[in-house]
Amino acid sequence: MSVKEAQANWEPKILVFACNWCTYAGADLAGLSRLQYPPNVRVLRVPCSGRVNPQFVIRAFQRGIDGVLVAGCHPGDCHYVTGNYFTRRRYLLMQRLLQYVGVDPERFQARWISGSEGPKFQQVVKEITEQIRAMGPNRKLRDAQ
Amino acid sequence: MKRVGVFICHCGSNIAGAVDCEKVAENAKSFPGVAFSTDYKYMCSEPGQELIKKAIKDHKLDRIVVASCSPRMHEPTFRRCLESGGLNAYLLEMANIREHCSWVHPDDKEKATWKATELVRMAVAKVLKNEPLQRSTIPITKRALVIGGGIAGIQAALDIANAGHIVDIVEKEPSIGGKMAQIDKTFPTLDCSACILTPKMVEAANHPNINLITYSEIENVEGYVGNFDVTIRKKARSVDMTLCTGCGTCMQKCPTKVPSEFEMLMTDRRAIYTPFPQAIPNKPVIDRKNCRYFTTGKCRVCEKICPTKAVDYTQEDELVTQRYGAIVVATGFDLFDHSVYGEYGYGKYKDVITGLHFERLINASGPTMGKIKRPSDGKVPKDVVFIKCVGSRDEAKGKAYCSKTCCMYTAKHATLVREKIKDSNVYVFYMDVRTPGKGYDEFYTRTTDQFGAKYIRGRVSKIYEKGDKLIVRGEDTLLGRPVEVEADMVVLATAMVAQPDAAKLAQMVGFSYDQDNFYTEAHPKLAPVETHTAGVFLAGACQGPKDIPESVAQASAAAAKACGLLSKEEMPTEPIVSCVNEAICAGCGMCVPVCPYKALDLKVIQERAHGKTITRKVATVNSGLCQGCGACTVACRSAALNLKHFTNEQILAEVDALCL
Repeated sequence: MSVKEAQANWEPKILVFACNWCTYAGADLAGLSRLQYPPNVRVLRVPCSGRVNPQFVIRAFQRGIDGVLVAGCHPGDCHYVTGNYFTRRRYLLMQRLLQYVGVDPERFQARWISGSEGPKFQQVVKEITEQIRAMGPNRKLRDAQ
Repeated sequence: MKRVGVFICHCGSNIAGAVDCEKVAENAKSFPGVAFSTDYKYMCSEPGQELIKKAIKDHKLDRIVVASCSPRMHEPTFRRCLESGGLNAYLLEMANIREHCSWVHPDDKEKATWKATELVRMAVAKVLKNEPLQRSTIPITKRALVIGGGIAGIQAALDIANAGHIVDIVEKEPSIGGKMAQIDKTFPTLDCSACILTPKMVEAANHPNINLITYSEIENVEGYVGNFDVTIRKKARSVDMTLCTGCGTCMQKCPTKVPSEFEMLMTDRRAIYTPFPQAIPNKPVIDRKNCRYFTTGKCRVCEKICPTKAVDYTQEDELVTQRYGAIVVATGFDLFDHSVYGEYGYGKYKDVITGLHFERLINASGPTMGKIKRPSDGKVPKDVVFIKCVGSRDEAKGKAYCSKTCCMYTAKHATLVREKIKDSNVYVFYMDVRTPGKGYDEFYTRTTDQFGAKYIRGRVSKIYEKGDKLIVRGEDTLLGRPVEVEADMVVLATAMVAQPDAAKLAQMVGFSYDQDNFYTEAHPKLAPVETHTAGVFLAGACQGPKDIPESVAQASAAAAKACGLLSKEEMPTEPIVSCVNEAICAGCGMCVPVCPYKALDLKVIQERAHGKTITRKVATVNSGLCQGCGACTVACRSAALNLKHFTNEQILAEVDALCL
């Protein structure tokens, strides 16, 4: 495959950190309701969105992921009472860090998707896939290969 | 060398229809650590599970990846399968290739197959770092606490006590009974509230398994499911409960008169009092704020008059700590402060009253002995106006929610006015009439058709006095024109709101509440009486507006949940908890305030370093309290904290495997 072809066939790869209680259940519901979305996302289950260490996100970018979504329960609905408030603060900080190092901060996003919001999960995945596709592959943070 | 077995499920055609399962199984063989890989039509079925067990034995597998449906569906199934196959249950990982793959990508088999392969690769990378975890058990204290002695609390306590467990009811008022004791008749049957409540109060008081702790409040709650340590403040009654016989002489002779809260301030009680004649326990307390002896230092009439010398002015608040296995919260509701509706003139006009005032006015044991007399001049009102949704369904001034009970109790009041005052006219201003419930709509229909209450759809804009009448000005939105009604009395159906100290109690016990301070259930449909805090259950209107039948039903449900917990000797704990690497913990304490369960603390350890004994602080996790959210692991700056089963290494391995 030539370089040009590889570029033409490029598909974004997006990592979704989904909390076990809300977003993972929401993604399950999207499946149960047969709501189709682009196959570019990979859901990684964590107990709480507050478990997501910014280190995980940076590592994913270094290994060449094109976008990262952290998704959890709506504020006030956290299964662990306050976990998603930490997520919210870290998300804002992370976006500023990404901006500082010259990466489009929109490559890293956070969303609140509850267990009953299958359609919202579908919508978010569609939107983010298109956004990341428009940005093109992540070259800036990727380790030299 | 770790040996991973990979099992790809077809789920009939649910997965196999969109994913080439044979190919995924084939691809998986090349992943590091994989010793065996296969696919099967139904992995969760008996033969599927046998296949896994056999493969564990034949191929000496020590870790298993099952790629099938969501782990929320079948993780417990396959964990049991591993256990019976001789492996630790936590050496399992699942790749969700149904809900997250085949069902959402049905049209592109190539991409779906590739995605499924990647999901399996992530699971394999994670499972290689899984450690066997052991569930431990904690003993359960076989004693329940019910907070609140209204109808919900009484019902929950009776049910738990009848199941053979000891129950304490803590009630902040001097008597149990709650709001239901104030109510006259109950809809839709119009049977008398006291006649159905007081026998239950007596039953609770006489039950060998129930302890009533009245005139007391919760001071502090520590611990966790199975073992809550609760500190209860027993307020000083100034009356020795063991000596007092409840003869009531003191209440007759006490010179101080105070407006009675139970009678909605419409009549007086004494400073030494029981809230109402049927109070349980029927022994008085001294209201120290108003007692002449406590305010001026002179009087002591009750002490002199008491035949058993039960009055004791030196009593002090007493703090007792008791351990409980389960807590049922049944703290009930309060009424909306409708003084924000200045246009209704509450406080300004004596004859504008609330529904609960009206309950006392029609109650045979109330201040007017059941005769409806208006508060200003004691005249029997002829024209009575009811205004519904005062505070409910009004986001601007009141609450957004519907208080649920007002439509029915207003219909009840309207019926009772028409029944008791033959030549009366009843007008009800309403937004909607909501009467879901057994026999409810029939009751409402009777109110309008048989009893002739006039329902006017519209809001009231102003009430003003004219002579001894109240003029109620509003709009009939069905006719589309303004209406004016001359009324002798106006009754406001005020919203049900959370208790003023609801949030404080929730924070103390450690469960969540919503924007209106009503307590939040664990799941609105499937866990309506549980809270997110294990071992704490909800009953009655503290969770949201409810009528009596619903409160009672929820109380029994909460009691059943509490009994389920108390009937066990001990309970298993989830081993997915945080752990501390003491060697690298700097003892900074950043993790301690992050934990919502107070599971983290600092402890002092001694160790030998460079030939000297040093003491230093390190974090320590109480695994009984830890719920495994992992918030502390991110707060930890030295990465000394880790969450078992979701370790940093495991998650990073998944990330790496995905990005290959």
